Amino acid sequence: MTTTTATHRGFWYRHPGLRLGGLLTAPMAWLVVVYLGSLAALFLTAFYQIDDFTGQVVKTFTLKNFTTLFTTSAYYESVFRTISIALLVTVLCLVIALPLAFFMARVAPRHWRPLMVALVLTPLWASYLVKVYAWRAMLQPESGVLAWFLNPLGLDGPGYGYLGIVITLTYLWLPYMILPIYAGLTRLPDSMLDASADLGAHSGRTFRSVVVPLIFPSVVAGSIFTFSLSLGDYITAQIVGGKVTMLGNVVQQTYVTNLPFAAAVATLPVVIIVLYLLAVRKSGALENV
Amino acid sequence: MTLSRGTKILLGLFALLAGAFIYVPLGIILINSFSVDKSLTWPPSGFTTEWWGKAAVNPGVREALTTSIIVALCATAIAIVLGLLIALAISRYRFFGRESISLLIVLPIALPGIVTGIALNNVFTSYLGGLTLITLIVAHATFCMVVVYNNVLARLRRMGGSVEEASADLGAGGWTTFRLVTFPLMKSAIVAGGLLAFGLSFDEIIVTTFTAGPGITTLPIWIYQNLFRPNQAPIVNVVAAALVIVSVIPIYIAQKFGDDDERAGGVI
Amino acid sequence: MQTTRLLKIAAVSASAMLLVAACGGSSGSSSSGASGSASEGAAAPETPGGAAFAGPVGEGEGQVNVLAWPGYVENGTTDPAVDWVSGFEKETGCKVNVKTFGTSDEAVKLVQGGGWDVVSASGDATLRLIYGDNVQPLNADLVPNYADVFEDLKLQSFNSVNGVPFGVPHGRGANLLMWNTDKVTTPLDSWAVTFDADSPYKGAVTAYDSPIFIADAAVYLMATQPELGITDPYSLDKTQFDAAIALLEQQKELVGEYWSDYTKAIQAFNSGTTAVGTSWQVIANLAKAEGGKIEAVKAKEGATGWSDTWMITKDTPNINCAYKWVNHIVSPEANAAVAEWFGEAPANAKSCELTADKDHCATFHAGEADYWTDVYYWNTPTTACLDGRTDVQCIPYSEWGTAWSALRS
Repeated sequence: MTTTTATHRGFWYRHPGLRLGGLLTAPMAWLVVVYLGSLAALFLTAFYQIDDFTGQVVKTFTLKNFTTLFTTSAYYESVFRTISIALLVTVLCLVIALPLAFFMARVAPRHWRPLMVALVLTPLWASYLVKVYAWRAMLQPESGVLAWFLNPLGLDGPGYGYLGIVITLTYLWLPYMILPIYAGLTRLPDSMLDASADLGAHSGRTFRSVVVPLIFPSVVAGSIFTFSLSLGDYITAQIVGGKVTMLGNVVQQTYVTNLPFAAAVATLPVVIIVLYLLAVRKSGALENV
Repeated sequence: MTLSRGTKILLGLFALLAGAFIYVPLGIILINSFSVDKSLTWPPSGFTTEWWGKAAVNPGVREALTTSIIVALCATAIAIVLGLLIALAISRYRFFGRESISLLIVLPIALPGIVTGIALNNVFTSYLGGLTLITLIVAHATFCMVVVYNNVLARLRRMGGSVEEASADLGAGGWTTFRLVTFPLMKSAIVAGGLLAFGLSFDEIIVTTFTAGPGITTLPIWIYQNLFRPNQAPIVNVVAAALVIVSVIPIYIAQKFGDDDERAGGVI
Repeated sequence: MQTTRLLKIAAVSASAMLLVAACGGSSGSSSSGASGSASEGAAAPETPGGAAFAGPVGEGEGQVNVLAWPGYVENGTTDPAVDWVSGFEKETGCKVNVKTFGTSDEAVKLVQGGGWDVVSASGDATLRLIYGDNVQPLNADLVPNYADVFEDLKLQSFNSVNGVPFGVPHGRGANLLMWNTDKVTTPLDSWAVTFDADSPYKGAVTAYDSPIFIADAAVYLMATQPELGITDPYSLDKTQFDAAIALLEQQKELVGEYWSDYTKAIQAFNSGTTAVGTSWQVIANLAKAEGGKIEAVKAKEGATGWSDTWMITKDTPNINCAYKWVNHIVSPEANAAVAEWFGEAPANAKSCELTADKDHCATFHAGEADYWTDVYYWNTPTTACLDGRTDVQCIPYSEWGTAWSALRS
């Protein structure tokens, strides 16, 4: 009904700010109140301590938790160990994901793509716990699958421990690295690659100078997942880690007897990840997450 | 960019190896679900379909499955609404604090689950009196929201503003434009985001451990409790294998919608 | 028109709220358990926990939420023949929702989180729960079976305050030295192979993953380093505590896995990943039932043990079902069934006639006081030494927790 168009430019049209407000209120209330609020409450708790006998939180300000965290060798060793695991896992995921994604996006026939994407996505639906459990079965020193395979050759499997954790985490987060890189590679316009060839670059040079910079945001997006998921994981360490523990285990163990200390430990991965996010914001990776 | 035949073959081989790496553990789960042994010994000494039968009637599994589905549906519904609202706001408006919000919204997924878990647990037990099904749904919706937001935002960005401007030029008000133009174009992104959010919530264990009320057992919690129990471990394998097989359906749906979108996205 | 649009928005938000309400209302009874407000000071106040339930025990509320050690509340899911819950549910109408925990620390945190009615607490949890105002005193008159409980289990330092009982004793047992007979060919009788640096089982030892395990190290030190003067493994002054931690650091080199999930321990022992270590009788029983080659004994140096107490949380809404449960679990039949399944000495003297194995009570030394002289029940270390020493300060449990987490990091 075109005659009433003039009157339909109503309240909401004239007040875009209010429209914006209407859009934002519910989710912002949720995020800020529920999520940020609870995070803030937790970090506030990091400055409290517990009553020696009852174990309840006593709200007196203290820096004791942080000083213990940074001066006890066991804890900062755990921090370094966890960060090294996270970095190693990210690198390994990248090493495996990049060629695979490249194959999927640029080498394989186009009509294979939906199938290949589905094949990459399927493991994501297998329960996280069961996948870790499957690796426990595989890594078992005497009767596991790897032992069955390697022992006749005179080799020992990695067993439970640091290496077991790295392998399992790499396995778990691989799809999170493959998918963004694959998406980035498919979006790469062919025209760019043709232009590069026209200018005389052979494949290697094109790859280095054109492809890599263009998919860099996707790589970073994938790394956000692999890094942060590894940084906070504790269940994998419990199941395949033997006696090796990660920062998440420290939080999980101390959270019961000493919540303020656990909160202090928990601030570390948060700070690391927030800093990382701020650093990569410029690269546009956050659009690809 | 032309690659030599040798490079292509190498890449193909690598892809094959990577595929093997991804699927061998899943294959072992499947084989173990038919194994006679209750422990993890390999190779299995015999095969049986007994566990599949037991899993189908196991009351613990059924209850856990139902709870998981309910929680995932509710969390996804809330996540779709909230994620959609924020994506619309961020993509269509410029305002002070926009950058910060787009950083903030990624946090629930970027921060480790254990941090989110104990933070929410702390607040729920200290200020809200306890943990219930609602606290669990709230926790799940918080990180599911991110996934929907990402998908919808990407689509809105690809759509550009021209379609909506054309619609306004033709005389449609804001709500009509949304209803008849924007929303249909976004549908597949919402479905894709919703599916991912559902999957995320369905499989979540860490945050769930900290925010589920007493007596509430989702499927991952059930698996965690029975992972090592000799009598239940084979059933866990069956549940896992079944999950992988059943997941073909949502992946197929996602793929179908994904294909539609290639065409719709060409509107620009 | 503006109004229709506003109405539409209102309708959408209303339905959104209905959705949330629908999602929340379906299940999940949130009984707000004691959330434990901060209480200052380690000085024990007058009898905490408020007044006990005056009774009488009336009609059940329909359910009871139970926190228990694995193996205490079996309803047929572990083994169809092992079930002392279904009968109770039919008789009283109280559906039993059970959640198991692996350590006392987990138990305390769960209770403090709210929503639970009954908890089976060991001595290293009981005092924290009592002084944290999370549990209520017991009205023994409402528990007819309490009268038949062995006298030396009642009114102990860890389950009562000022002569007021805070729960019903469950039974008692010792932490055992367990080994896989394929890996360990000569029978063991000493903790030495789990602690000494020259142990032949390096990398295949297991230990219990809880701060309370420090007491096990202290028990070993009582025998191997008597000059430290440890008389009670839960009363450790700084020197004694540091020695125990040093021993545990040494042990860490030998350990393959620590366990708190008893099923993980079963699997580890049976598969040979773990050759020897600390364990419970129920683990030995289940492992053998799975075909494992297992032996378990109480080591000659003595051991830590437990004597658990069924406690009722403060402000529980299901008070009638809670009292019914507590009375049921300590009844002769149920107590006999649990004691045999779990592998412990029962609390109810009349259970000894009802066990399937007529020698059960003898095997587990239910009535023998001397057996228990070198079993040190889990207790809660405090700054005021539990062994009565006033010239030194002892290390409180919170520091046990800190030290343990540093050890495990």
